[in-house]
Amino acid sequence: MNEIIELLSYSFFQNAIGAAILASISCGIIGTYIVARRIVFISGGITHASFGGIGIAWFLGFNPVFGAAVFGVLSALSIEWVSKKTDVRQDSVIGILWALGMALGIIFIYMTPGYAPNLMSYLFGSILTVSSLDLYLLVALCLITILVFAFMMRPIVYVAFDESYAQTHKAPVQFLNYLMIALVALAIVLNIRVVGIILVISFLTIPQTIANMFTQDFGKMILGAIGFGILGSLLGLFMAYKLNVPSGATIIFSFVILFIIAKLVQLSLLKFKR
Amino acid sequence: MTKLLELKSVYAGYDNKLVLKDVNLTVKENDFLGIIGPNGGGKTTLLKVILGLIKPIEGQVNFDNIDDNLIGYLPQINTIDKKFPIPVREVVLSGLMSHKKLFGRYKSEDKEKAKVLMEQMGILHLRNKNIGELSGGQLQRVFLCRAIISDPQILILDEPDTYVDSHFETELYGVLDQLNDHMAIIVVSHDIGTISSHVKTIACVNGSLCYHDSNVINQEQLKTYNCPIDLITHGEVPHRVLKKH
Repeated sequence: MNEIIELLSYSFFQNAIGAAILASISCGIIGTYIVARRIVFISGGITHASFGGIGIAWFLGFNPVFGAAVFGVLSALSIEWVSKKTDVRQDSVIGILWALGMALGIIFIYMTPGYAPNLMSYLFGSILTVSSLDLYLLVALCLITILVFAFMMRPIVYVAFDESYAQTHKAPVQFLNYLMIALVALAIVLNIRVVGIILVISFLTIPQTIANMFTQDFGKMILGAIGFGILGSLLGLFMAYKLNVPSGATIIFSFVILFIIAKLVQLSLLKFKR
Repeated sequence: MTKLLELKSVYAGYDNKLVLKDVNLTVKENDFLGIIGPNGGGKTTLLKVILGLIKPIEGQVNFDNIDDNLIGYLPQINTIDKKFPIPVREVVLSGLMSHKKLFGRYKSEDKEKAKVLMEQMGILHLRNKNIGELSGGQLQRVFLCRAIISDPQILILDEPDTYVDSHFETELYGVLDQLNDHMAIIVVSHDIGTISSHVKTIACVNGSLCYHDSNVINQEQLKTYNCPIDLITHGEVPHRVLKKH
């Protein structure tokens, strides 16, 4: 217990806790949209494509987060555009962008003269070293996401649920789709610092899946996902510190433990009902 | 009677494939039109043109005397993702989408209206259930509520009799008969027998459209199916006479 209190007094650990909570909020909201609309594969594509942006930004000498943001949003918008306007198969396009982004990232990072950045921290995240800029960006992301959902949750859910019906009601379907896919890309890119490219998709799906076991309501699913997200990421954070391993991996590990516990609780609840 | 909708020599299709050729159709107030035709004949394409989901390649779709071109629409149930986390009451409320601005709030009178409608359709007790927990008939009721909550002047139903039992089918057409007093109805169906005993007029779509001012199906119409088929006639008591092959 004393150890935990001592740990909480370090500013790096306070930052990490802040990042975990902010990541849980933004991923909780956006991830619920991703899971409900079944665009997990698209999100995976955007995640890996954004690595190209990290490489190019590194090569040109500016902050990789901004490179990833530009690259991620552009690839998200082009996936949405390609799937709506052309008859190319959407999953094939995602597969190509997925691989291209990773390839470009590697090429540019190796071409950059001097010290190569710590690739591992992008692949697996390093929540214990988040900067205050990372935190500010996460705060901004959370505010935008909360505002968008506070004012437009119904139209967003209705369009996601039945797009052509929404179209017959002259709803701004295209605008909402582009807005949401851009938000998905931003959420992915800014959370890469916390859990890394390889694991960010689980931050966007596991807490939501756990919440979905207990509620079928979009709004309640968001709140549940945020709750399970905070619980799992804080557990993972302490585990990472204790075992001295990348925090991304331990956070995902504790998510899966939560998932299994939740599944058992759900099964026993079902039995109890009968 | 007031004219509500008119299609003038409409050609429509997808990419390089022309599905509808020179379709002319007029829908007036209190019409009850049944649309039949073989699979791939263009029934769904015709609905999409009317709903504005696809633009015709040629020809015109005109709405007269309709506020906001508002049409009530019940899509085919198999196009719906039944695992989507949305409760029944929200599905019904989404039928008011066009009355709301992007940031518009749903007021208590909207919710009250949804409640009254669900009560009438006998699904009020299901309002907090997820759509995935419902049976086919219950689901059709939910989507019918969504289609009519905005008081549309035209109601379009795409195969409302799939995935439901014959009991619900009878009930459905009973409800539609009542609704027909204050809205025109267009219903697409595979089931020629049921449809012909309820609608006032019938149109056959197979590339082009033949329109018939009565609900009696004749040999001519059945030819659009390009195959021998049950001939359905209506006497005092509806009955079927099977044609000799």
